[in-house]
Amino acid sequence: MVEILALLADGFGIALQPLNLILIVLGCSVGLFIGAMPGLGSVNGVAILLPLTFVVPPASAIIFLAALYYGAMYGGAISSIMLGIPGASTAVATTFDGRPLALQGLADKALITAATASFVGGTISVILFTLAAPPLAHVALVFGPPETLALMLLAFATFVGLGGEDIWKTIFSICIGLVLAAVGTDIVSGEPRLQLFGLTGFFSSINFLVLAIGIYGIGEMLWTIEQTAKAGGVSMLSRATVSVRRALAHLRGQLALWKATLMGSLLGYFVGILPAAGATPGSMMAYGVAKQMSGNPDSFGKGNPEGVSAPEAANNAASTGSMLPMLTLGIPGSPTTAILLGGMVIWGLEPGPQLFVDEKAFVWGLIASLYAANLFALLLNLTFIPAFIAVLRLPFTILAPVIFVLCLVGGYAPTNRMFDVWLILVFGFVGYLLRKLDYPLAPAVLAIVLGPMTEPALRQSLLMSGGDFAIFFTRPYSGPIMVIAIVLLALPLIRHLVRRYKTG
Amino acid sequence: MSVRLAEIVMACVMAAFSVYLMWKSAELNIGWIEDEGPGGGAWPFWLSAVMLLSCAGIAWNWWRRSTPLARSTEPFIGTAARGIVLQVVVLLTVVVALFDVIGTYCALFLFMLVYLAVIGRHRVRIALAWAVTTPVVTFLFFEIVIKVILPKGVTEPLFYPIFRFFGMGGI
Amino acid sequence: MKVRMIASLLGLAGAVMAPFAAHAWEPAKPVEFVIMAGKGGGADKAVRFIQSIIAKENLGPTVLPVNKPGGSGAEALLYLKGKEGDNHTLMFTLNSFYTTPLRQPGLEVDIETFTPIMRMAEDTFCLWVNTGRKDGEDINTFDDFVAAAKAAGDKWIMAGTGKASEDNLITDFLNTTFGLDMKYVPYKGGGAVAKALAGNNADSTVNNPSEAQGFFVAGTVRPLACMTPERIGLFADAPTMKELGHDFVYFMQRTVVGAPGMSEEAATYYQDLFTDVFNSGDWQEYRKKRALVGDPLTGDDLMEYWKREREIHRGMLDKLAGK
Repeated sequence: MVEILALLADGFGIALQPLNLILIVLGCSVGLFIGAMPGLGSVNGVAILLPLTFVVPPASAIIFLAALYYGAMYGGAISSIMLGIPGASTAVATTFDGRPLALQGLADKALITAATASFVGGTISVILFTLAAPPLAHVALVFGPPETLALMLLAFATFVGLGGEDIWKTIFSICIGLVLAAVGTDIVSGEPRLQLFGLTGFFSSINFLVLAIGIYGIGEMLWTIEQTAKAGGVSMLSRATVSVRRALAHLRGQLALWKATLMGSLLGYFVGILPAAGATPGSMMAYGVAKQMSGNPDSFGKGNPEGVSAPEAANNAASTGSMLPMLTLGIPGSPTTAILLGGMVIWGLEPGPQLFVDEKAFVWGLIASLYAANLFALLLNLTFIPAFIAVLRLPFTILAPVIFVLCLVGGYAPTNRMFDVWLILVFGFVGYLLRKLDYPLAPAVLAIVLGPMTEPALRQSLLMSGGDFAIFFTRPYSGPIMVIAIVLLALPLIRHLVRRYKTG
Repeated sequence: MSVRLAEIVMACVMAAFSVYLMWKSAELNIGWIEDEGPGGGAWPFWLSAVMLLSCAGIAWNWWRRSTPLARSTEPFIGTAARGIVLQVVVLLTVVVALFDVIGTYCALFLFMLVYLAVIGRHRVRIALAWAVTTPVVTFLFFEIVIKVILPKGVTEPLFYPIFRFFGMGGI
Repeated sequence: MKVRMIASLLGLAGAVMAPFAAHAWEPAKPVEFVIMAGKGGGADKAVRFIQSIIAKENLGPTVLPVNKPGGSGAEALLYLKGKEGDNHTLMFTLNSFYTTPLRQPGLEVDIETFTPIMRMAEDTFCLWVNTGRKDGEDINTFDDFVAAAKAAGDKWIMAGTGKASEDNLITDFLNTTFGLDMKYVPYKGGGAVAKALAGNNADSTVNNPSEAQGFFVAGTVRPLACMTPERIGLFADAPTMKELGHDFVYFMQRTVVGAPGMSEEAATYYQDLFTDVFNSGDWQEYRKKRALVGDPLTGDDLMEYWKREREIHRGMLDKLAGK
């Protein structure tokens, strides 16, 4: 313990050097804006800026990128809340309640909640990280395909009940998301799969962002334009206000959310550690669990601040958690850490189990900088809230085309493919029509995020066992998770059937 | 078109799409391979089958008029909004088509100008200001700061001096 | 120092850049560097490393990596094919450069039309097992491996990177040569494969050294044999397949390819640029650390190499399909 504190103190000595402090500030700021763009998230930010980091020593380089990672995680919530477009898959769950809050004129409350929850989540997980890094890393290593599948089912289970009134439309939405996730190449047989209409663009899988930007960006904007026209030009977007007094009241209100925030932080941290999982399922599970824990589950999806604080705490906690297997084992816990691993090669470090022993300054400098980056990202975020709110107050006929531009360009940027921009338009137009007919579309977006992790895990497990499903229940970690997932999946279904039976 | 009609038309279109997806999935093995588990096409095939089933469920509800949408005789898109929604859809399609022809930046300029001046009925001066600012800011943020190159079509040579200025090409 | 650093982080470093050697042709805009694989994989890491060398040593203009992993590289190949005559598009290839056009003739991609720039290295393959197996068995030599895998039959799991990939071809060789029946379980990338072995979710792998290195240093995994002509310095204890009596050598190319119909001046420019990268201290260090081999090859030599390798792969794929 004393040894850890001594190492941490050394780490702070590195993190608080002027150069590194400047890098933290710069990283958080750039990250915040990249994260706030619909389409661009921490993966893009880190990948794009990574090759430019060779000018500074490795410890400074990773501090810069980690700050960028953090900034982007904070920023992701901004576009989720303000525009209803998740900036990255990790911020999908934040839209469910963040968006309704913004539409009720409480965008400031949602943004403050997201910022403070991110701070708490990030800080709690850095503390856990500091105290118990190496032992937990072992758990990450034994996690194989069966465990991943069990975890995915758990992520699905906590999302039952997200759908709309019509159960058929909800099922349709989940399935179409999962099928779209199967487009591209079948990894097990290596064959091209679902190359729709013979278009070469379908050689690669459909990026989750394409569906999310299409549905939430284009589709939702068209819907808003229609509603605005119907209401004689009164827009739904520009009711936001902010003042110091309101902000202070919202900050005080955070205390009431402690349960959801704390739960989200812990859950996010542990899920983040597991390779292949990362922040996305973590934030979704946190949302689901917060809903189950809440005394008033029906208020979720209609603007309950707990629905913002739980996933935001979780995704920041998970982004810290995912650095643990990266540093201790050299295996990435998320797509972003996969790129950071590439960075270590550039900086001449050998990622892997020896890193903690050989590169103390690097590792502890990074850990210490996470504390600082968290604090700075919070301050930066709170400072910018009035500016973000001011954007919302623009006339709708100016705001709408600006959002369209962000969607089109932001949709192109991650993959450099015009094909994706066309897909965004198609998904947007169809999504608009489906939305008008009350098809719930959030389940489709979740499904396309979780699908590419679920199917390979299922098939790899069955290959391992020779087609025997027992493999999911006989292993020490997957067995219990599987049972919990099945119970959670079945519960609402049974409840639904009972209710239907009763009402005839 | 009434909402009730739109409901069944959409269900039919989606059912047809589901059948197409099933057919397309069947290009790979959709069965169970001994000792290996499901074939490559099984996952999308059976999920598409469930999509088809859901469409049947939606159609059944429509037939029995058991949901509010299946009973509604209101127009699907009201006359007040139909014009503007259609305008935006057409404008977006044209602009995206122009990305590869006259380049992203010229396309964005036209988009902002048309949207603000025609659809938003702003004064031309305001529309012009936004139409010029948007592509410039987009260029600086995407190409210079985060180094994402957007399509430029025939306008590409115009950008060579700018890249040279920022040291991203030539000498 | 600080000022310089911030400037380059904002991408302005080049503005003060010293002019580099004059050429008949110079890129007029940033050069797109297509990667035939996803973010975070071996090829991706190499390209981002090359990008940093070019920027650091001021060797040339801005290079922008673009990942196009779709269809085992089919997307990247088609993209490059569509860039006919373009002087600002390069691609970093793996062996799917041969196998994907062979397996999907419908793509109508002929690799002989592409412009050969430079082979930067060849990556090697070794056979790996876990040092702390779940069944407690200690596998120290290649013979131990053959005996144990034979006894386990199709319960022996070989993890690799996708059907018909390099790993699959080597697995097929091992299965047919030694009468084994190992089950091949595909994972998404070399890193995931190495992790599956380290976590005892697989019995063996044929990872590139760079992928397994971290676990090797920690003592979690052990190389039993390498598919190289000579022993690899980092794993001096592991014999080559040749020493074990089987003349089997297999490499993965790490090569820079230009769009078809690239102008001769541009091709020369890029060959010079990548020769500079190859000779840089950083790249030599990288080659040593990652156990990369292979001399630089350019122009016609590289094209000959491609044709030879394509025939070898055609034979391997036919054998794999005929099984």
